[in-house]
Amino acid sequence: MADHTEHVHHAHHGKPDFWTHYVFSQDHKMISKQFLVTAMIMGVVGMMMSVFFRLQLGWPGQSFAILETFLGKWAPDGVLDPNMYLALVTIHGTIMVFMVLTGGLSGTFANLLIPLQIGARDMASGFLNMLSFWFFLGSSVIMLASLFVETGPASGGWTIYPPLSALPQAIPGSGLGMTLWLVSMTLFIVSSLLGGINYIVTIINLRTKGMSMDRMPLTTWALFITAILGLLSFPVLLSAALLLVFDRSFGTSFYLSDIFISGQALEHTGGSPILFQHLFWFLGHPEVYIVLLPALGITSEVVSTMSRKPIFGYKAMVGSMLAIAFLSMIVWGHHMFVTGMNPFLGSVFTFTTLLVAIPSAVKVFNYLTTLWKGNIVYSPAMLFAIGLVSTFITGGLTGIILGDSALDINIHDTYFVVGHFHIVMGASAIFGMFSGVYHWFPKMYGRMMNKNLGYAHFWITITSMYGVFFPMHFLGLAGIPRRYYDNTAFPIFDGLQDINEMISLFAILGACAQAIFFFNFIYSIYRGPRASQNPWHSNALEWTTPVNPGHGNWPGAIPTVYRWAYDYSRPDKDVDFIPQNVPPTADEKEIH
Amino acid sequence: MASHAVHHTAPSHSDHSANPWGGGTSPFKISYGKMMMWFFLLSDAFTFSGLLTAYGFMRHKYEDIWPTAGDVFTHFPFYSGHIELAYVAFMTFILIASSVTMVLAVEAGHRMDRKKVQLWMVWTIVGGLIFVGSQAWEWYHFIHGTPQGAYLLADGVTVMRHKIDPHTHVLEEGAFLVPANDRSGFVEVAGAEAAKLKETATHIHGANLKHNEYGIPLFANFFFFITGFHGFHVFSGVIINFLIFLGVVNGTYEKRGHYEMVEKSGLYWHFVDLVWVFVFTFFYLL
Repeated sequence: MADHTEHVHHAHHGKPDFWTHYVFSQDHKMISKQFLVTAMIMGVVGMMMSVFFRLQLGWPGQSFAILETFLGKWAPDGVLDPNMYLALVTIHGTIMVFMVLTGGLSGTFANLLIPLQIGARDMASGFLNMLSFWFFLGSSVIMLASLFVETGPASGGWTIYPPLSALPQAIPGSGLGMTLWLVSMTLFIVSSLLGGINYIVTIINLRTKGMSMDRMPLTTWALFITAILGLLSFPVLLSAALLLVFDRSFGTSFYLSDIFISGQALEHTGGSPILFQHLFWFLGHPEVYIVLLPALGITSEVVSTMSRKPIFGYKAMVGSMLAIAFLSMIVWGHHMFVTGMNPFLGSVFTFTTLLVAIPSAVKVFNYLTTLWKGNIVYSPAMLFAIGLVSTFITGGLTGIILGDSALDINIHDTYFVVGHFHIVMGASAIFGMFSGVYHWFPKMYGRMMNKNLGYAHFWITITSMYGVFFPMHFLGLAGIPRRYYDNTAFPIFDGLQDINEMISLFAILGACAQAIFFFNFIYSIYRGPRASQNPWHSNALEWTTPVNPGHGNWPGAIPTVYRWAYDYSRPDKDVDFIPQNVPPTADEKEIH
Repeated sequence: MASHAVHHTAPSHSDHSANPWGGGTSPFKISYGKMMMWFFLLSDAFTFSGLLTAYGFMRHKYEDIWPTAGDVFTHFPFYSGHIELAYVAFMTFILIASSVTMVLAVEAGHRMDRKKVQLWMVWTIVGGLIFVGSQAWEWYHFIHGTPQGAYLLADGVTVMRHKIDPHTHVLEEGAFLVPANDRSGFVEVAGAEAAKLKETATHIHGANLKHNEYGIPLFANFFFFITGFHGFHVFSGVIINFLIFLGVVNGTYEKRGHYEMVEKSGLYWHFVDLVWVFVFTFFYLL
């Protein structure tokens, strides 16, 4: 280890210029900020898209000047074009799932926290780490560029099922827009591979002396398991996408069979669109946990620190994350119950899916028991962490309903599904991300974010989040299908239009609330009060660095670790917390 | 960051650091670069698994009318008769042999024997080139097909093949095979019936991504895609091996004090060989 770390330490003593410091940086902390800022920009785009299509859903066919301002020819006279509606839904999903909650969440916090929490000077390979960001940025830019294509961006849904994605002539968005989508995702997969390999190897090889696996903070554990999950599932999406490219461009028929367009039979024959769904969801389901696990890891850290109590059931937390990761790879069929799947196979997938509830419940109870009788500090980060526990429960319960094939068949592709996954995966993951940003902002920028703005941000966000997604369950149970531009053709749904209107109002409110966050974030970077070295009195190693750590993280030697990260309020000690680098006293027993 | 040295464990000071996972040391005693290669290969293995599983499912769907590889790949250079799968067996042998020479190169690297590393790297590269060239040759014959060809019926989908004796590969004049409507096997047609079908059919030779003389196009689709994807891996492996070979010749690794780069490219090379064993089994043997 010695030669490696020394090398890094000395190589960066020269004063870096603008380009090597801000642009082609190989410092994990700068790369983390690059990921965060890119994800925030993508998040704004994704959020605005959702507001645009919510305008159509809340007030179908009505004219809104703002739509024409932003969408131009796609909203003639301010009325959203149906093709653009599908495009917005598709790109909103893609951006939020991949760019914000996968690249943004993992990219930001894996880069920031892994080396700092395990006591390493940097990632194993700073160069690959830099490449990982640049591929991610390229992928984001191409996804945005696809919005400006003449025929519109990809519009077949974020799951890009063939034949809409496989036949360039199917719908306007199936042409160049879909091609750019595939290019963008290929770059994204490369980015995730380069990042993931780096995170895994760094954690295995570069932990500081004494930082055994069972002393690692749960955040790092979560990011470790997430990286492994991504490493195993994204390549399968790559195979699916490559076969799709061949169907689109070279005339193969992997996913196509017996298709007529305008009465004309196509040459494609023999393939199966269901094959794509299997390959896609083999990635797609683990992807849910790739999004969720880092958020759960952040929550573990924040809940324990802010309750001034050790995390309840550390080993159970690690075990449940491993169990969730394993189970996530054998449940993909529950997305496909209505594809004509053999009912026996359906019941197998139901069984494996419902098993996920066990480790998930373990995690929830451990959060609650950590909070129980804690000396709780309600920082904005803590509020968002508690918010995550709330959404993980409310969204998780409806997952049990959807995971049961007999029930799912009735509510498949309705707003019930939309409500479920937005709460359990979307809201939980974004709450975890907010929690992480509030909590580690002092580490990233050396200043504090404004607390009161944080409170306002949290309360408006959680209110509007439930305002948007909770009523969707009732719409779904009433039978309203998702992805529809307009339900006015079905008189049976007329009475539910008020609910849709209310959802749209909450969506607009929630979107506006994010302005508070952006203001707080940018203002605090320049004007926030300067942070102390350990503002949250945390045990983890990242707070033992100087307030603004340089490249190499610790000016002197890397600290040695003697204990786990959760020695808060030990009954046998006088102090409130004992950082990981404090050696044990002679009579002390390691407890955890 | 350029240091690839194997990090040796420092003598342990406390009980905790005696644990290989206790921090301050690489638990597997390997450098980060080598470990990255392992994880990359794990990931790549999943890409191939995805493709081969897709192939398996689709082949299962058309189990009874799936072309038999033994009927398709019967050519051998400089020999006008038919020998089933002889050439692909030769290719496979060459690729496995190149794995052996790679092992010898790595072993010579451990002994810091630069001359021997060079020698065995050259043989590995030659083996890889023979394999890629042979694959091109196989593709060429698959694409050009047989002199008699087959008939693509008017529906643009069904292929009517000449009936061929499966053992002698001799053509039975005037006898044809058409897949049954329920895909449960082939129906033999001859005489006037065959002549009538021929009238509206297109005469095709060989296989491409849209038509396949030997049966359903999916066979050709998967064959071209998966052997092509694997061939791309072999080709990049040859290039990587060549670049490493240049490093060996220039003495880069001798100066560095170890030949770990040879080991890393060796890992990749063995992986590509291993994948071929699966591709060979699933496409040719089964």
